[in-house]
Parts: sequence; C-alpha cells; structure tokens
Amino acid sequence: MTGTAITVEGVHKKYRDKPALDGLDLEVARGTVHGVLGPNGAGKTTLVRILSTLLRPDRGRVEVAGHDVVTEAAAVRFRIGLLGQHAALDEQLGGRQNLEMFARLHHLGARRARERADELLLRFGLADTGRKAVGQYSGGMRRRLDLAASLVTDPEVLFLDEPTTGLDPRGRAEVWASVRSLADGGTTVLLTTQYLEEADQLADRISVVDRGRVIADGTADELKARTGGDRIDVVLRDAGQLAAAGALLPAFGGEVSVDADRRLVSAPVADRMAALTGVVRALESAGIEAEDIALRRPTLDEVFLHLTSDDHRAKETA
Amino acid sequence: MSAAYTTRGPARPARGSYVLADCWTMTRRELAHWARQPVQVLVGLVFPVMLLLMFGYLVGGGREVTGDYLGYLVPGMLALTMAFGLEGTMLAVTQDLNKGVIDRFRSMPMANGAVLVGRSAADMLQSAAGLVVLIAVGHALGWRTHGGAAAFLGAVGLLLLFRFAMLWIGIHLALVAGKPELVQAVQILVWPLGFLSNAFAAPEAMPGWLGTAVQWNPMSQTATAVRELFGGPGGEPGHVWAAVAWPLALLAVFLPLAVRRFGRLSA
Repeated sequence: MTGTAITVEGVHKKYRDKPALDGLDLEVARGTVHGVLGPNGAGKTTLVRILSTLLRPDRGRVEVAGHDVVTEAAAVRFRIGLLGQHAALDEQLGGRQNLEMFARLHHLGARRARERADELLLRFGLADTGRKAVGQYSGGMRRRLDLAASLVTDPEVLFLDEPTTGLDPRGRAEVWASVRSLADGGTTVLLTTQYLEEADQLADRISVVDRGRVIADGTADELKARTGGDRIDVVLRDAGQLAAAGALLPAFGGEVSVDADRRLVSAPVADRMAALTGVVRALESAGIEAEDIALRRPTLDEVFLHLTSDDHRAKETA
Repeated sequence: MSAAYTTRGPARPARGSYVLADCWTMTRRELAHWARQPVQVLVGLVFPVMLLLMFGYLVGGGREVTGDYLGYLVPGMLALTMAFGLEGTMLAVTQDLNKGVIDRFRSMPMANGAVLVGRSAADMLQSAAGLVVLIAVGHALGWRTHGGAAAFLGAVGLLLLFRFAMLWIGIHLALVAGKPELVQAVQILVWPLGFLSNAFAAPEAMPGWLGTAVQWNPMSQTATAVRELFGGPGGEPGHVWAAVAWPLALLAVFLPLAVRRFGRLSA
C-alpha cells in the first residue's frame, strides 16, 4: 500500500436527492498520472471536490497522500494542489499579488513567499505581466497562473479538473507540457477530462466514469482492447455504395459503423490479416471501389461510446 | 502507510499559531483591492455625504424637530451609513463565493475563519473611514457636539458596534442567498428598513403604528443613543443600553449562523 497516493472506496454523494457519486472506487499509485474520463454530469467535479476537501462524502472512505480527507483535512491540504474548472484566482489583483497571497497562506513567510512568487512567475512565463490585474489576462495566461498557484508548495498530489477546457490549442499544449514535467518530477496527478485525446496523451492509467461510478479502468491500450481490438476502415469512392459495403463487413467481425460524410464504413475485426485480405476480395467481387483501406486500433472515443452506450449497459446488467 | 510520505511543503504548523497571520493576509487582500479601485472607495465615502446634503438642505426644511435639524440629522445619517454597510458586505461576500478563489482558499491549510475575518476587518475600516468623512463634513456645515470627548468616543463605538452587527447579518444573508440576483433583492429591502427609522424624522411626528415600528428599529436605538451622547436634539436618556443590547443580540444570532453556514459550504 505504500505506493498508493489516492484511495477512494465506495464513495457516495448526493445533491438534494440526485446521486452525483454512486459507490465510486478508485486507486492511484504514487507518482503516476491518472485520468478520469467521463461526460458532463458523470461526477468528475464532485470527485475532485471531495478529494481536495471542499466537499464531504456522504459515505465511503477517501485518503489522499496517506490522510483521510474528512478527519484529517488539514493534513491533506498541506499536501495537495488544486486546479479547478474555473480560475481560482483573485481577479482584481495582479499575478504576483495572487501568488504571494497564496504562498503566505501556505505559511512560507513574507520573504520566502515573495521569492516563491517570482520563481513561479518566471517558470510559467508570466514574469513580465507587471501590475496588470488577472481579470485582464488572456485565457491561457490565467490558466498558467492558476496552475502556478496550485503549485505554491510543490504538492505531493495535484488535482486538475478539466484543465484545458476552453483553452485554444496553444494553451492546451502549454498545460500538457506543464503536467508532463510535473509528473516527471514525481508529483501524483489526477486529472479529469472530457477529451479522450487528453487522457490518452497524459495519463498512465484511465478510469472511465459514468453516472457516479467507474465503469472501466486500465491503461489506454487495455481500454482500447476491450472494445474488441482492431478495426478496419474502408473509404469508398462512391457514397451510394455505403449500404452495400456495410452489408459485407459483418462477416469479418462485429458491429459496423457508417460515416456518410467521410464515405467511411468501419468495423471491428478479429484477425487482422485475414480480415484485410477478405475485405479486399469481398469488395472486389461486389464491384465496390475503395479509395482507402486501413487497419487501426480503436480511438478512445469509440471505447467511450462503446462503454457508455445503453446497449452495453443492458449487456452488463443482463 | 503515511510513513511513506515525506512532507515536501512546510512542516505542519501547530494549530492556532497561524490564525492571526492568515487573518492579516486576508485583510491585506481587501486593502489591496481598495488600492486598485480608489474610485469605488471614494464613491462609497461620498455617497453618505450626498445623502446628508440632500436631506439637510433639500428635504430637511419642513421636519418637526426640536432644536436645529442638522444636530438631529447628522447622528441619524451616521447610523444610516452603518446600516447601509450591510449592502457592501453582502455584495463582496457574494462576489467572492461566486468566484473560484474561495475554493482555493478552502483547499489550503489556512485558518478556517480567516476569509470572514479579513472581510470584517476591511469593512470595519471602511466604515470607520466613512464615519470620519461624514463627521468632518457635518462639522464643516456647522454641526457641533456638546457631550465631551468620552461621550463622543462612546457614540462612535456604538455606531461601529451597530455596523459590526450589520456586517455579520450581511455575511449570513450572502451565504444564504448565494447568487448575485438574490443579493440585489435583499439590497433593495435595506432601503425601506433604513428609512423606516428615526434617521430623518422623529417618530412622534408619524402615524401611530409607523412611529412604533420606527422606534423598535435597532437603527433608531443607535441613532437616539448617539444623539444623546452628542448632546444634540432627539436624544433620550437611557437609550445607550438599548444601543448596546440590540447589536449584541443580533450578533449572538447571526455570527454563529454565518460561521456555521460558511462551514457548511462543504456539506
């Protein structure tokens, strides 16, 4: 157990009568990046708020950095950093004023607080923002300052709640780079996201959350394998033949998906090479002209749709 | 399993040793806000002066008050300014609550109540500044007190005590209301409550039921006591105790309610 930074066991949380978390379990190893993936309303933010001591769970046990979030909240607060969904900054004050204030509230002492603010401003490329109020920062700058504020004491565990929502690609790349360098430095990171690509890029392990529970857990590769392994994509020259092509594919695997805009039919396949040659022959004999045929691993989007589809739920409960 | 962790941050301090430091940090935050918004602070100080001039010269001529009206009006305006402070407190607390920054404070190892203490300290300072400005303007208009230095300080103390009670009512209401839209509704209600007092006119000149309501208004108690201590018209002996008891009673109710409500943000 020494390697565990976050333990969540059977956590329930209701708002009014609506369950936000419904028996959620989670374990995150020290020094790893853990992605929590799920749609809006899945309970991701509630989970982060409980982990960061902002909310009390109704039931269940939650430990962060070896301390219980309810009975030892103060000890937890010394060891965590939080980057919430919305900027947790004083917008009327400047960047340096914000960081100095947070450093003082971490009891670094006046001089050390000033030094720390300077270090962080430099590290996050905000050293030249001067006295400008945070309210006038761009979205990316604000997010960087927010991240800097959550790192004032170099936390053991860092929570990032949808850290790149609303950022442009450049801002997103900046945040990703920061998360990677933190993880390299040994910080445990729990990050929630709706972007499957983000979890794929950053996380060592991923928990897929839906309706307040973890419905799947594993590395990105493991999750991809769970949807039935590889897929074959066939792009047709003539969109009129989509239906005909779609009727051919089930012979090689499972459910076929059709994307009319891209003239694409796609299906999971069991045996890669057998499927490839078989599909080429079948298309040829049916007189269907393909522009492109490719074998590939499923995307996390497909995994997610597969795991959260009502179909899948029905199968699981049956 | 906690043995596996070495604290990379500062060592966990003994409980209580940082409470004052945290309160001071939060007070400094509010002062820094003033420094960034001097115009807003100035408007806040000038507004009661405007009311004083308006009632003193525009509306005031016809009031049936024994003695000079200014001597009656200035203490009333001082009390009214303290009552209206409620709005400012509510607005500031609501704005904080609706920003993510309160989440950061609450996820940090700071003293629990420091956010509220910082708010009160800053509001009390601003109200004290408001009293100084209003008293100075009153003095410039020819208003004089006749009670001596001790009574003068006592009057200022009563006004600040009343403001302190209003402050915690404001914090509580802001925590209950939560949303800025509801705050606006409460803000509008502060006006009739402020005017349903003896700030501008003696209750004796009002219809019976209204006069009774006005006399029971805690703000009227403070105004009457202050008039007494300043030695001006409209003062009644024996009101000082009421002006102490009312705010204390309000504090006894609303301070614990507000603190509890703040703690419940994590429920």
